[in-house]
Amino acid sequence: MSLFHDESTQNISKNMPLIEIKNLTKKFENFVAVDNLSLDVNKGEILGLLGPNGAGKTTTLSMLATLLPPTSGDALVEGFSVTKDPTQVRRSIGFVFQDPSSDDLLTGRENLYLHALMYGVKNSEINKKIDEGLKLVDLTDKQNIRMRKYSGGMRRRLELARGFLHSPKILFLDEPTLGLDPQTRENLWKYIKKLSVENKITIILTTHYMEEADMLCDRVAIIDHGKIIALNTPSGFKKGLGGDLITVKTKNPALPDLKKMGFIKNIQYENNLLSLTVDNASKHLQEILKKVGEAENVELHPPTLHDVFIKLTGRQIREESEGGEGDWLTKSINSRRSK
Amino acid sequence: MSKLNIISELRGLYAIWYREILVFTREPSRLVGAIVQPLLWLVIFGTGLGSIIEPGAVSGANYQQFLFPGILAMTILFGSLFFGLYIILDKRIDFLKEVLVAPLNKSTMFFGKALGGSTDGLLQIIILMILGAIFFGIHFTLLSIILTLIIVILLLIAVTSLGLAIGSMMESPEGFGLISSFVIFPLFFLSGALFPVTKLPIWLKIVVTINPISYSVDALRSIIIGITSYGLFLDFVVTIVFALIMVTIGTWAFKRIKL
Repeated sequence: MSLFHDESTQNISKNMPLIEIKNLTKKFENFVAVDNLSLDVNKGEILGLLGPNGAGKTTTLSMLATLLPPTSGDALVEGFSVTKDPTQVRRSIGFVFQDPSSDDLLTGRENLYLHALMYGVKNSEINKKIDEGLKLVDLTDKQNIRMRKYSGGMRRRLELARGFLHSPKILFLDEPTLGLDPQTRENLWKYIKKLSVENKITIILTTHYMEEADMLCDRVAIIDHGKIIALNTPSGFKKGLGGDLITVKTKNPALPDLKKMGFIKNIQYENNLLSLTVDNASKHLQEILKKVGEAENVELHPPTLHDVFIKLTGRQIREESEGGEGDWLTKSINSRRSK
Repeated sequence: MSKLNIISELRGLYAIWYREILVFTREPSRLVGAIVQPLLWLVIFGTGLGSIIEPGAVSGANYQQFLFPGILAMTILFGSLFFGLYIILDKRIDFLKEVLVAPLNKSTMFFGKALGGSTDGLLQIIILMILGAIFFGIHFTLLSIILTLIIVILLLIAVTSLGLAIGSMMESPEGFGLISSFVIFPLFFLSGALFPVTKLPIWLKIVVTINPISYSVDALRSIIIGITSYGLFLDFVVTIVFALIMVTIGTWAFKRIKL
Protein backbone atom coordinates (compact mmCIF):
# COMPACT_ATOMS: atom_id res chain seq x y z
CA MET A 1 0.00 0.00 0.00
CA SER A 2 1.47 3.33 -1.02
CA LEU A 3 1.93 6.20 1.34
CA PHE A 4 -0.32 8.30 -0.82
CA HIS A 5 -3.11 5.78 -0.58
CA ASP A 6 -2.81 5.64 3.20
CA GLU A 7 -3.11 9.37 3.45
CA SER A 8 -6.16 9.58 1.28
CA THR A 9 -8.09 6.93 3.22
CA GLN A 10 -7.23 8.65 6.45
CA ASN A 11 -8.50 11.88 5.00
CA ILE A 12 -11.78 10.34 4.03
CA SER A 13 -12.38 8.89 7.48
CA LYS A 14 -11.45 12.20 9.04
CA ASN A 15 -13.92 14.10 6.97
CA MET A 16 -16.80 11.72 7.43
CA PRO A 17 -19.23 13.14 9.96
CA LEU A 18 -19.59 11.07 13.10
CA ILE A 19 -23.13 12.27 13.59
CA GLU A 20 -25.47 13.18 10.78
CA ILE A 21 -28.71 14.87 11.75
CA LYS A 22 -31.23 14.88 8.95
CA ASN A 23 -34.41 16.98 9.10
CA LEU A 24 -34.94 16.05 12.72
CA THR A 25 -38.30 17.25 14.04
CA LYS A 26 -40.06 16.89 17.37
CA LYS A 27 -43.56 18.14 18.04
CA PHE A 28 -45.34 18.15 21.38
CA GLU A 29 -49.04 18.62 20.79
CA ASN A 30 -49.20 22.07 19.21
CA PHE A 31 -45.63 23.04 20.00
CA VAL A 32 -42.68 22.40 17.69
CA ALA A 33 -39.61 21.87 19.90
CA VAL A 34 -37.18 20.92 17.14
CA ASP A 35 -37.97 22.12 13.66
CA ASN A 36 -36.50 20.26 10.68
CA LEU A 37 -32.98 20.43 12.03
CA SER A 38 -30.01 19.19 9.98
CA LEU A 39 -26.41 19.18 11.11
CA ASP A 40 -23.19 17.20 10.73
CA VAL A 41 -20.82 16.72 13.63
CA ASN A 42 -17.22 15.85 12.85
CA LYS A 43 -15.00 13.42 14.64
CA GLY A 44 -13.09 14.86 17.57
CA GLU A 45 -14.73 18.26 17.63
CA ILE A 46 -16.61 19.98 20.43
CA LEU A 47 -19.82 21.29 18.99
CA GLY A 48 -21.93 23.67 21.01
CA LEU A 49 -25.67 24.11 20.71
CA LEU A 50 -26.14 27.63 21.99
CA GLY A 51 -29.54 29.09 22.60
CA PRO A 52 -32.03 30.26 25.20
CA ASN A 53 -34.01 27.85 27.34
CA GLY A 54 -36.78 26.25 25.36
CA ALA A 55 -34.86 26.56 22.09
CA GLY A 56 -34.92 22.78 21.60
CA LYS A 57 -31.36 21.96 22.63
CA THR A 58 -32.17 19.29 25.21
CA THR A 59 -34.86 17.81 22.98
CA THR A 60 -32.29 17.45 20.20
CA LEU A 61 -29.83 15.70 22.51
CA SER A 62 -32.58 13.44 23.85
CA MET A 63 -33.46 12.32 20.35
CA LEU A 64 -29.79 11.69 19.52
CA ALA A 65 -29.53 9.57 22.69
CA THR A 66 -32.69 7.62 21.78
CA LEU A 67 -34.53 8.84 24.88
CA LEU A 68 -37.20 10.50 22.76
CA PRO A 69 -38.50 9.28 19.40
CA PRO A 70 -38.44 11.98 16.69
CA THR A 71 -41.76 13.01 15.17
CA SER A 72 -40.04 12.92 11.78
CA GLY A 73 -36.55 12.90 10.34
CA ASP A 74 -33.65 10.83 11.56
CA ALA A 75 -30.09 11.00 12.83
CA LEU A 76 -27.17 8.69 12.25
CA VAL A 77 -24.78 8.24 15.15
CA GLU A 78 -21.67 6.44 13.97
CA GLY A 79 -23.77 5.31 11.04
CA PHE A 80 -26.56 3.85 13.19
CA SER A 81 -30.05 5.28 12.94
CA VAL A 82 -31.55 6.53 16.21
CA THR A 83 -34.98 5.38 15.06
CA LYS A 84 -34.08 1.97 13.65
CA ASP A 85 -31.09 0.92 15.70
CA PRO A 86 -31.34 2.61 19.11
CA THR A 87 -29.42 -0.05 21.05
CA GLN A 88 -26.41 0.26 18.71
CA VAL A 89 -26.54 4.03 19.06
CA ARG A 90 -26.51 3.73 22.84
CA ARG A 91 -23.31 1.67 22.66
CA SER A 92 -21.46 4.65 21.17
CA ILE A 93 -22.57 7.40 23.49
CA GLY A 94 -22.23 8.79 26.98
CA PHE A 95 -24.58 11.38 28.42
CA VAL A 96 -24.17 13.90 31.22
CA PHE A 97 -27.65 15.06 32.04
CA GLN A 98 -28.83 18.51 32.98
CA ASP A 99 -30.44 17.43 36.24
CA PRO A 100 -28.69 15.35 38.90
CA SER A 101 -28.81 11.73 37.78
CA SER A 102 -26.81 9.90 40.42
CA ASP A 103 -28.25 8.11 43.42
CA ASP A 104 -27.40 10.24 46.43
CA LEU A 105 -27.76 7.37 48.90
CA LEU A 106 -24.79 5.76 47.23
CA THR A 107 -21.17 6.86 47.29
CA GLY A 108 -19.47 8.39 44.28
CA ARG A 109 -17.55 5.21 43.65
CA GLU A 110 -20.66 3.06 43.87
CA ASN A 111 -22.41 5.23 41.29
CA LEU A 112 -19.45 4.80 38.97
CA TYR A 113 -19.40 1.06 39.61
CA LEU A 114 -23.07 0.66 38.69
CA HIS A 115 -22.47 2.69 35.55
CA ALA A 116 -19.52 0.49 34.59
CA LEU A 117 -21.67 -2.64 34.89
CA MET A 118 -24.62 -1.20 32.97
CA TYR A 119 -22.51 0.32 30.21
CA GLY A 120 -20.41 -2.75 29.54
CA VAL A 121 -16.98 -1.89 30.95
CA LYS A 122 -14.93 -5.10 31.06
CA ASN A 123 -14.66 -6.61 34.54
CA SER A 124 -10.86 -6.50 34.42
CA GLU A 125 -10.95 -2.78 33.65
CA ILE A 126 -13.65 -1.57 36.01
CA ASN A 127 -11.43 -0.60 38.92
CA LYS A 128 -8.79 0.98 36.71
CA LYS A 129 -11.37 3.04 34.83
CA ILE A 130 -13.07 4.18 38.02
CA ASP A 131 -9.73 5.22 39.53
CA GLU A 132 -8.82 7.13 36.36
CA GLY A 133 -12.20 8.82 36.22
CA LEU A 134 -12.03 9.88 39.86
CA LYS A 135 -8.53 11.21 39.35
CA LEU A 136 -9.52 13.17 36.27
CA VAL A 137 -12.17 15.11 38.19
CA ASP A 138 -10.15 15.25 41.43
CA LEU A 139 -12.62 13.28 43.51
CA THR A 140 -10.35 10.44 44.58
CA ASP A 141 -10.48 11.40 48.26
CA LYS A 142 -14.27 11.86 48.20
CA GLN A 143 -15.05 8.58 46.44
CA ASN A 144 -16.37 6.76 49.49
CA ILE A 145 -18.63 9.53 50.72
CA ARG A 146 -22.34 9.30 50.01
CA MET A 147 -23.30 11.73 47.28
CA ARG A 148 -25.90 13.34 49.48
CA LYS A 149 -22.93 15.15 51.03
CA TYR A 150 -21.46 16.28 47.69
CA SER A 151 -21.70 19.91 46.62
CA GLY A 152 -23.37 20.76 43.31
CA GLY A 153 -20.01 21.16 41.62
CA MET A 154 -18.65 17.87 42.96
CA ARG A 155 -21.75 16.09 41.79
CA ARG A 156 -21.42 17.51 38.29
CA ARG A 157 -17.78 16.48 38.20
CA LEU A 158 -18.62 12.95 39.23
CA GLU A 159 -21.35 12.76 36.63
CA LEU A 160 -18.92 14.05 34.02
CA ALA A 161 -16.46 11.29 34.94
CA ARG A 162 -19.32 8.80 34.85
CA GLY A 163 -20.53 9.87 31.41
CA PHE A 164 -17.06 9.17 30.12
CA LEU A 165 -16.31 6.06 32.20
CA HIS A 166 -17.14 3.52 29.48
CA SER A 167 -14.97 5.41 26.92
CA PRO A 168 -17.78 6.36 24.57
CA LYS A 169 -16.82 7.82 21.20
CA ILE A 170 -19.39 10.55 21.61
CA LEU A 171 -20.30 12.46 24.75
CA PHE A 172 -23.41 14.58 25.17
CA LEU A 173 -23.23 17.29 27.80
CA ASP A 174 -26.54 18.95 28.57
CA GLU A 175 -25.94 22.36 30.19
CA PRO A 176 -22.86 21.00 31.98
CA THR A 177 -22.37 24.04 34.22
CA LEU A 178 -25.96 25.15 34.78
CA GLY A 179 -26.48 26.64 38.21
CA LEU A 180 -22.81 26.48 39.23
CA ASP A 181 -20.88 29.43 40.56
CA PRO A 182 -18.35 31.04 38.16
CA GLN A 183 -15.32 29.49 39.83
CA THR A 184 -16.71 25.97 39.73
CA ARG A 185 -17.79 26.61 36.16
CA GLU A 186 -14.30 27.49 35.00
CA ASN A 187 -12.99 24.52 36.89
CA LEU A 188 -15.39 22.23 35.05
CA TRP A 189 -14.44 23.71 31.69
CA LYS A 190 -10.90 22.71 32.46
CA TYR A 191 -11.98 19.10 32.97
CA ILE A 192 -14.04 19.05 29.79
CA LYS A 193 -11.13 20.46 27.76
CA LYS A 194 -8.83 17.88 29.29
CA LEU A 195 -11.24 15.09 28.43
CA SER A 196 -11.54 16.24 24.86
CA VAL A 197 -7.82 16.76 24.28
CA GLU A 198 -6.55 13.62 25.99
CA ASN A 199 -9.10 11.23 24.58
CA LYS A 200 -10.02 12.77 21.21
CA ILE A 201 -13.63 12.31 22.12
CA THR A 202 -16.40 13.99 20.15
CA ILE A 203 -18.56 16.22 22.32
CA ILE A 204 -21.89 17.89 21.72
CA LEU A 205 -22.81 20.26 24.49
CA THR A 206 -25.80 22.51 25.01
CA THR A 207 -25.46 25.77 26.81
CA HIS A 208 -26.98 29.16 27.15
CA TYR A 209 -23.76 30.65 28.48
CA MET A 210 -21.92 32.62 25.83
CA GLU A 211 -18.49 32.33 27.42
CA GLU A 212 -18.94 28.61 27.81
CA ALA A 213 -19.55 28.16 24.08
CA ASP A 214 -16.66 30.53 23.38
CA MET A 215 -14.24 28.78 25.73
CA LEU A 216 -14.99 25.18 24.85
CA CYS A 217 -16.39 24.80 21.38
CA ASP A 218 -14.69 24.31 18.04
CA ARG A 219 -17.96 25.16 16.34
CA VAL A 220 -21.14 26.71 17.65
CA ALA A 221 -24.64 26.24 16.30
CA ILE A 222 -26.89 29.06 17.47
CA ILE A 223 -30.31 27.57 17.88
CA ASP A 224 -33.61 29.31 18.50
CA HIS A 225 -37.20 28.08 18.24
CA GLY A 226 -35.97 24.64 17.25
CA LYS A 227 -33.93 25.85 14.27
CA ILE A 228 -30.26 26.47 13.68
CA ILE A 229 -30.00 30.14 12.76
CA ALA A 230 -26.22 30.22 12.40
CA LEU A 231 -23.28 27.83 12.47
CA ASN A 232 -19.66 28.91 12.69
CA THR A 233 -16.50 28.80 14.75
CA PRO A 234 -16.49 31.23 17.68
CA SER A 235 -13.76 33.31 16.01
CA GLY A 236 -15.58 33.19 12.70
CA PHE A 237 -18.69 34.53 14.37
CA LYS A 238 -16.78 37.37 15.94
CA LYS A 239 -14.99 38.26 12.73
CA GLY A 240 -18.40 38.41 11.11
CA LEU A 241 -19.26 41.24 13.45
CA GLY A 242 -16.51 43.27 11.83
CA GLY A 243 -14.30 44.48 14.60
CA ASP A 244 -13.92 45.43 18.24
CA LEU A 245 -16.56 47.23 20.21
CA ILE A 246 -16.14 50.57 21.91
CA THR A 247 -18.79 51.84 24.23
CA VAL A 248 -18.54 55.41 25.50
CA LYS A 249 -20.78 57.36 27.81
CA THR A 250 -20.76 60.85 26.41
CA LYS A 251 -23.04 63.85 26.01
CA ASN A 252 -21.87 65.55 22.84
CA PRO A 253 -20.01 63.42 20.31
CA ALA A 254 -19.09 64.82 16.93
CA LEU A 255 -21.06 62.24 15.00
CA PRO A 256 -20.42 63.59 11.48
CA ASP A 257 -16.65 63.51 12.11
CA LEU A 258 -16.85 59.98 13.41
CA LYS A 259 -18.81 58.87 10.39
CA LYS A 260 -15.99 60.04 8.16
CA MET A 261 -13.48 57.69 9.79
CA GLY A 262 -12.99 54.66 7.55
CA PHE A 263 -12.12 52.21 10.32
CA ILE A 264 -15.44 52.73 12.11
CA LYS A 265 -17.86 50.20 10.73
CA ASN A 266 -20.94 50.94 12.73
CA ILE A 267 -22.18 53.78 14.92
CA GLN A 268 -25.04 53.76 17.35
CA TYR A 269 -25.94 56.60 19.68
CA GLU A 270 -28.74 56.26 22.19
CA ASN A 271 -29.36 57.69 25.67
CA ASN A 272 -25.90 59.27 25.86
CA LEU A 273 -24.38 55.88 25.06
CA LEU A 274 -22.22 55.68 21.97
CA SER A 275 -21.47 52.21 20.55
CA LEU A 276 -18.89 51.84 17.83
CA THR A 277 -17.71 48.83 15.88
CA VAL A 278 -14.09 49.48 14.99
CA ASP A 279 -11.30 47.72 13.11
CA ASN A 280 -8.25 47.42 15.33
CA ALA A 281 -9.74 49.60 18.04
CA SER A 282 -6.74 49.87 20.33
CA LYS A 283 -4.75 51.57 17.58
CA HIS A 284 -7.42 54.13 16.75
CA LEU A 285 -8.73 54.79 20.24
CA GLN A 286 -6.94 58.10 20.76
CA GLU A 287 -8.15 59.44 17.43
CA ILE A 288 -11.70 58.44 18.16
CA LEU A 289 -11.80 59.87 21.64
CA LYS A 290 -10.74 63.28 20.33
CA LYS A 291 -13.94 63.44 18.35
CA VAL A 292 -16.07 61.97 21.07
CA GLY A 293 -15.59 64.93 23.36
CA GLU A 294 -15.96 64.71 27.08
CA ALA A 295 -16.19 61.02 27.83
CA GLU A 296 -17.31 59.69 31.15
CA ASN A 297 -16.76 56.02 30.76
CA VAL A 298 -14.91 54.23 27.98
CA GLU A 299 -15.13 50.51 27.42
CA LEU A 300 -13.24 48.64 24.76
CA HIS A 301 -13.75 44.97 24.23
CA PRO A 302 -13.23 42.45 21.49
CA PRO A 303 -16.50 41.10 20.14
CA THR A 304 -18.06 38.25 22.12
CA LEU A 305 -20.59 35.63 21.20
CA HIS A 306 -22.99 37.67 23.24
CA ASP A 307 -22.75 40.45 20.65
CA VAL A 308 -23.16 37.87 17.92
CA PHE A 309 -26.30 36.51 19.49
CA ILE A 310 -27.86 39.95 19.86
CA LYS A 311 -27.03 40.78 16.28
CA LEU A 312 -28.51 37.51 14.99
CA THR A 313 -31.66 37.37 17.04
CA GLY A 314 -32.16 41.03 17.84
CA ARG A 315 -32.40 40.28 21.54
CA GLN A 316 -30.55 39.19 24.64
CA ILE A 317 -30.46 35.53 25.51
CA ARG A 318 -33.28 34.66 27.86
CA GLU A 319 -32.09 33.84 31.34
CA GLU A 320 -35.04 32.10 32.86
CA SER A 321 -35.86 29.12 35.06
CA GLU A 322 -32.26 28.44 35.94
CA GLY A 323 -31.74 25.03 37.42
CA GLY A 324 -35.22 24.07 36.35
CA GLU A 325 -36.25 20.97 34.50
CA GLY A 326 -35.20 20.37 30.93
CA ASP A 327 -37.23 22.40 28.51
CA TRP A 328 -38.73 19.46 26.66
CA LEU A 329 -39.57 17.72 29.90
CA THR A 330 -41.65 20.60 31.19
CA LYS A 331 -43.23 21.02 27.81
CA SER A 332 -44.09 17.37 27.47
CA ILE A 333 -45.54 17.12 30.95
CA ASN A 334 -47.62 20.22 30.41
CA SER A 335 -48.86 19.00 27.08
CA ARG A 336 -49.87 15.67 28.53
CA ARG A 337 -51.56 17.28 31.49
CA SER A 338 -53.75 19.28 29.17
CA LYS A 339 -55.00 16.12 27.46
CA MET B 1 -28.54 -12.80 20.51
CA SER B 2 -24.83 -13.47 20.84
CA LYS B 3 -23.23 -14.82 23.97
CA LEU B 4 -21.52 -11.54 24.69
CA ASN B 5 -24.84 -9.75 24.67
CA ILE B 6 -26.37 -12.12 27.19
CA ILE B 7 -23.46 -11.50 29.53
CA SER B 8 -23.78 -7.73 29.27
CA GLU B 9 -27.53 -7.98 29.84
CA LEU B 10 -26.92 -10.07 32.95
CA ARG B 11 -24.36 -7.59 34.26
CA GLY B 12 -26.86 -4.79 33.67
CA LEU B 13 -29.53 -6.81 35.46
CA TYR B 14 -27.18 -7.32 38.37
CA ALA B 15 -26.28 -3.61 38.49
CA ILE B 16 -29.91 -2.50 38.63
CA TRP B 17 -30.74 -5.14 41.24
CA TYR B 18 -27.62 -4.32 43.28
CA ARG B 19 -28.53 -0.64 43.41
CA GLU B 20 -31.90 -1.48 44.95
CA ILE B 21 -30.24 -3.67 47.55
CA LEU B 22 -27.65 -0.99 48.42
CA VAL B 23 -30.35 1.66 48.77
CA PHE B 24 -32.51 -0.67 50.84
CA THR B 25 -29.69 -1.34 53.28
CA ARG B 26 -28.99 2.40 53.58
CA GLU B 27 -32.53 3.15 54.71
CA PRO B 28 -33.20 0.93 57.72
CA SER B 29 -36.48 2.77 58.32
CA ARG B 30 -37.86 1.08 55.21
CA LEU B 31 -37.31 -2.34 56.76
CA VAL B 32 -38.48 -1.42 60.25
CA GLY B 33 -41.68 0.12 58.89
CA ALA B 34 -42.30 -2.89 56.72
CA ILE B 35 -42.03 -5.26 59.71
CA VAL B 36 -43.86 -3.27 62.36
CA GLN B 37 -47.08 -2.83 60.41
CA PRO B 38 -47.85 -6.52 59.84
CA LEU B 39 -46.94 -7.25 63.46
CA LEU B 40 -49.50 -4.71 64.63
CA TRP B 41 -52.11 -6.41 62.49
CA LEU B 42 -51.24 -9.80 63.94
CA VAL B 43 -51.09 -8.63 67.54
CA ILE B 44 -53.92 -6.09 67.70
CA PHE B 45 -56.29 -7.11 64.94
CA GLY B 46 -55.58 -10.80 65.46
CA THR B 47 -56.15 -10.64 69.20
CA GLY B 48 -59.11 -8.26 68.99
CA LEU B 49 -61.07 -10.08 66.34
CA GLY B 50 -59.85 -13.44 67.60
CA SER B 51 -61.46 -12.76 70.99
CA ILE B 52 -64.97 -12.66 69.52
CA ILE B 53 -64.52 -15.55 67.12
CA GLU B 54 -65.63 -18.88 68.54
CA PRO B 55 -62.84 -21.42 68.67
CA GLY B 56 -63.03 -23.62 65.60
CA ALA B 57 -64.99 -21.07 63.53
CA VAL B 58 -62.03 -20.67 61.19
CA SER B 59 -61.58 -24.33 60.41
CA GLY B 60 -59.98 -25.45 63.61
CA ALA B 61 -57.06 -23.02 63.85
CA ASN B 62 -56.89 -20.13 66.29
CA TYR B 63 -57.61 -16.83 64.51
CA GLN B 64 -54.08 -15.47 64.82
CA GLN B 65 -52.66 -18.54 63.13
CA PHE B 66 -55.40 -18.35 60.51
CA LEU B 67 -54.53 -14.71 59.96
CA PHE B 68 -50.77 -15.23 59.67
CA PRO B 69 -50.63 -16.40 56.00
CA GLY B 70 -53.04 -13.60 55.11
CA ILE B 71 -50.73 -11.07 56.75
CA LEU B 72 -47.78 -12.42 54.76
CA ALA B 73 -49.80 -11.79 51.59
CA MET B 74 -50.77 -8.36 52.89
CA THR B 75 -47.14 -7.43 53.53
CA ILE B 76 -46.26 -8.41 49.98
CA LEU B 77 -49.22 -6.57 48.48
CA PHE B 78 -48.68 -3.28 50.22
CA GLY B 79 -44.88 -3.28 50.32
CA SER B 80 -44.30 -4.41 46.76
CA LEU B 81 -47.01 -2.39 45.09
CA PHE B 82 -45.68 0.78 46.67
CA PHE B 83 -42.21 -0.11 45.46
CA GLY B 84 -43.50 1.21 42.13
CA LEU B 85 -43.26 4.66 43.67
CA TYR B 86 -39.48 4.49 43.38
CA ILE B 87 -39.69 4.53 39.62
CA ILE B 88 -41.45 7.88 39.87
CA LEU B 89 -38.71 9.14 42.17
CA ASP B 90 -36.11 7.95 39.63
CA LYS B 91 -38.01 9.94 37.02
CA ARG B 92 -37.89 13.03 39.22
CA ILE B 93 -34.14 12.98 39.25
CA ASP B 94 -32.51 11.93 36.01
CA PHE B 95 -31.36 8.56 37.33
CA LEU B 96 -33.93 6.88 35.12
CA LYS B 97 -32.33 8.49 32.05
CA GLU B 98 -28.95 7.19 33.18
CA VAL B 99 -30.47 3.69 33.07
CA LEU B 100 -32.42 4.27 29.86
CA VAL B 101 -29.35 5.45 27.92
CA ALA B 102 -27.44 2.30 28.91
CA PRO B 103 -26.99 -0.11 26.00
CA LEU B 104 -29.32 -2.66 27.56
CA ASN B 105 -32.60 -4.26 26.62
CA LYS B 106 -35.58 -2.48 28.20
CA SER B 107 -36.84 -5.82 29.56
CA THR B 108 -33.55 -6.24 31.40
CA MET B 109 -33.92 -2.81 33.00
CA PHE B 110 -37.46 -3.62 34.07
CA PHE B 111 -36.66 -7.06 35.40
CA GLY B 112 -33.66 -5.79 37.37
CA LYS B 113 -35.87 -3.25 39.09
CA ALA B 114 -38.60 -5.84 39.74
CA LEU B 115 -36.09 -8.30 41.18
CA GLY B 116 -34.64 -5.59 43.40
CA GLY B 117 -38.05 -4.79 44.84
CA SER B 118 -38.83 -8.47 45.25
CA THR B 119 -35.60 -9.05 47.15
CA ASP B 120 -36.49 -6.26 49.59
CA GLY B 121 -39.88 -7.91 50.12
CA LEU B 122 -38.39 -11.37 50.51
CA LEU B 123 -36.20 -10.17 53.33
CA GLN B 124 -39.24 -8.78 55.14
CA ILE B 125 -41.17 -12.01 54.70
CA ILE B 126 -38.31 -14.12 56.04
CA ILE B 127 -38.15 -11.94 59.15
CA LEU B 128 -41.93 -12.23 59.60
CA MET B 129 -41.74 -16.00 59.22
CA ILE B 130 -39.10 -16.21 61.93
CA LEU B 131 -41.15 -13.99 64.24
CA GLY B 132 -44.25 -16.06 63.42
CA ALA B 133 -42.49 -19.25 64.41
CA ILE B 134 -41.22 -17.75 67.66
CA PHE B 135 -44.17 -15.67 68.88
CA PHE B 136 -47.32 -16.90 67.12
CA GLY B 137 -46.89 -20.63 67.33
CA ILE B 138 -46.53 -21.16 63.59
CA HIS B 139 -45.00 -24.55 62.91
CA PHE B 140 -42.70 -24.72 59.88
CA THR B 141 -41.10 -27.78 58.31
CA LEU B 142 -38.35 -27.70 55.70
CA LEU B 143 -40.88 -28.51 52.99
CA SER B 144 -43.36 -25.86 54.12
CA ILE B 145 -40.58 -23.28 54.25
CA ILE B 146 -39.54 -24.06 50.68
CA LEU B 147 -43.12 -24.07 49.35
CA THR B 148 -43.95 -20.87 51.22
CA LEU B 149 -40.91 -19.13 49.75
CA ILE B 150 -41.82 -20.25 46.22
CA ILE B 151 -45.32 -18.79 46.51
CA VAL B 152 -43.93 -15.68 48.21
CA ILE B 153 -41.37 -15.07 45.45
CA LEU B 154 -43.94 -15.54 42.70
CA LEU B 155 -46.35 -13.17 44.39
CA LEU B 156 -43.56 -10.64 45.07
CA ILE B 157 -42.56 -10.58 41.40
CA ALA B 158 -46.19 -10.28 40.33
CA VAL B 159 -47.09 -7.42 42.66
CA THR B 160 -43.79 -5.56 42.21
CA SER B 161 -44.34 -5.70 38.45
CA LEU B 162 -47.86 -4.36 38.90
CA GLY B 163 -46.52 -1.52 41.03
CA LEU B 164 -43.80 -0.71 38.51
CA ALA B 165 -46.38 -0.78 35.72
CA ILE B 166 -48.46 1.80 37.58
CA GLY B 167 -45.34 3.81 38.39
CA SER B 168 -44.27 3.79 34.75
CA MET B 169 -47.57 5.27 33.69
CA MET B 170 -47.94 7.90 36.40
CA GLU B 171 -46.32 11.32 36.60
CA SER B 172 -46.60 12.15 40.28
CA PRO B 173 -46.37 10.36 43.62
CA GLU B 174 -49.87 11.63 44.42
CA GLY B 175 -51.33 10.08 41.30
CA PHE B 176 -49.51 6.88 42.05
CA GLY B 177 -50.93 6.78 45.59
CA LEU B 178 -54.43 7.30 44.31
CA ILE B 179 -54.35 4.59 41.66
CA SER B 180 -52.56 2.12 43.94
CA SER B 181 -55.20 2.51 46.63
CA PHE B 182 -57.89 1.76 44.09
CA VAL B 183 -56.05 -1.38 43.09
CA ILE B 184 -54.75 -2.60 46.40
CA PHE B 185 -57.72 -2.45 48.76
CA PRO B 186 -60.09 -4.61 46.70
CA LEU B 187 -57.26 -7.05 46.00
CA PHE B 188 -56.54 -7.31 49.71
CA PHE B 189 -60.01 -7.32 51.28
CA LEU B 190 -61.47 -9.67 48.68
CA SER B 191 -58.68 -12.23 48.95
CA GLY B 192 -59.74 -14.12 52.04
CA ALA B 193 -56.68 -12.81 53.87
CA LEU B 194 -58.78 -11.76 56.87
CA PHE B 195 -61.68 -14.24 56.80
CA PRO B 196 -62.48 -17.68 55.43
CA VAL B 197 -64.17 -17.57 52.05
CA THR B 198 -66.21 -20.77 52.37
CA LYS B 199 -69.24 -19.28 54.10
CA LEU B 200 -69.49 -16.05 52.07
CA PRO B 201 -72.68 -15.12 50.18
CA ILE B 202 -72.53 -16.15 46.57
CA TRP B 203 -71.93 -12.66 45.02
CA LEU B 204 -68.96 -12.03 47.25
CA LYS B 205 -67.68 -15.52 46.67
CA ILE B 206 -67.64 -14.86 42.91
CA VAL B 207 -65.58 -11.71 43.35
CA VAL B 208 -63.13 -13.52 45.64
CA THR B 209 -62.83 -16.38 43.14
CA ILE B 210 -61.90 -13.93 40.36
CA ASN B 211 -59.22 -12.25 42.50
CA PRO B 212 -55.87 -13.92 41.79
CA ILE B 213 -54.55 -12.93 45.22
CA SER B 214 -57.12 -15.31 46.79
CA TYR B 215 -55.16 -18.22 45.38
CA SER B 216 -51.85 -17.01 46.78
CA VAL B 217 -53.46 -16.53 50.19
CA ASP B 218 -55.05 -19.97 49.93
CA ALA B 219 -51.70 -21.47 48.92
CA LEU B 220 -49.91 -19.93 51.89
CA ARG B 221 -52.67 -21.01 54.27
CA SER B 222 -52.65 -24.48 52.84
CA ILE B 223 -48.87 -24.78 53.19
CA ILE B 224 -48.53 -23.16 56.60
CA ILE B 225 -51.62 -24.34 58.54
CA GLY B 226 -53.11 -26.95 56.25
CA ILE B 227 -56.43 -25.25 55.38
CA THR B 228 -57.35 -24.87 51.70
CA SER B 229 -60.37 -23.85 49.65
CA TYR B 230 -59.12 -24.38 46.10
CA GLY B 231 -56.41 -27.02 46.44
CA LEU B 232 -52.70 -26.33 46.34
CA PHE B 233 -52.28 -27.32 42.69
CA LEU B 234 -54.77 -24.77 41.37
CA ASP B 235 -53.28 -22.19 43.76
CA PHE B 236 -49.84 -22.70 42.22
CA VAL B 237 -51.10 -22.58 38.67
CA VAL B 238 -53.03 -19.35 39.22
CA THR B 239 -50.12 -17.71 41.05
CA ILE B 240 -47.65 -18.60 38.30
CA VAL B 241 -49.98 -17.36 35.56
CA PHE B 242 -50.66 -14.18 37.54
CA ALA B 243 -46.91 -13.53 37.89
CA LEU B 244 -46.32 -14.10 34.16
CA ILE B 245 -49.12 -11.76 33.18
CA MET B 246 -47.95 -9.03 35.56
CA VAL B 247 -44.34 -9.25 34.34
CA THR B 248 -45.59 -8.96 30.77
CA ILE B 249 -47.78 -5.96 31.57
CA GLY B 250 -45.00 -4.34 33.60
CA THR B 251 -42.43 -4.75 30.81
CA TRP B 252 -44.93 -3.38 28.32
CA ALA B 253 -45.62 -0.33 30.47
CA PHE B 254 -41.92 0.26 31.15
CA LYS B 255 -41.10 0.21 27.44
CA ARG B 256 -43.63 2.96 26.93
CA ILE B 257 -42.41 5.05 29.82
CA LYS B 258 -42.53 8.78 29.16
CA LEU B 259 -39.91 10.98 30.66
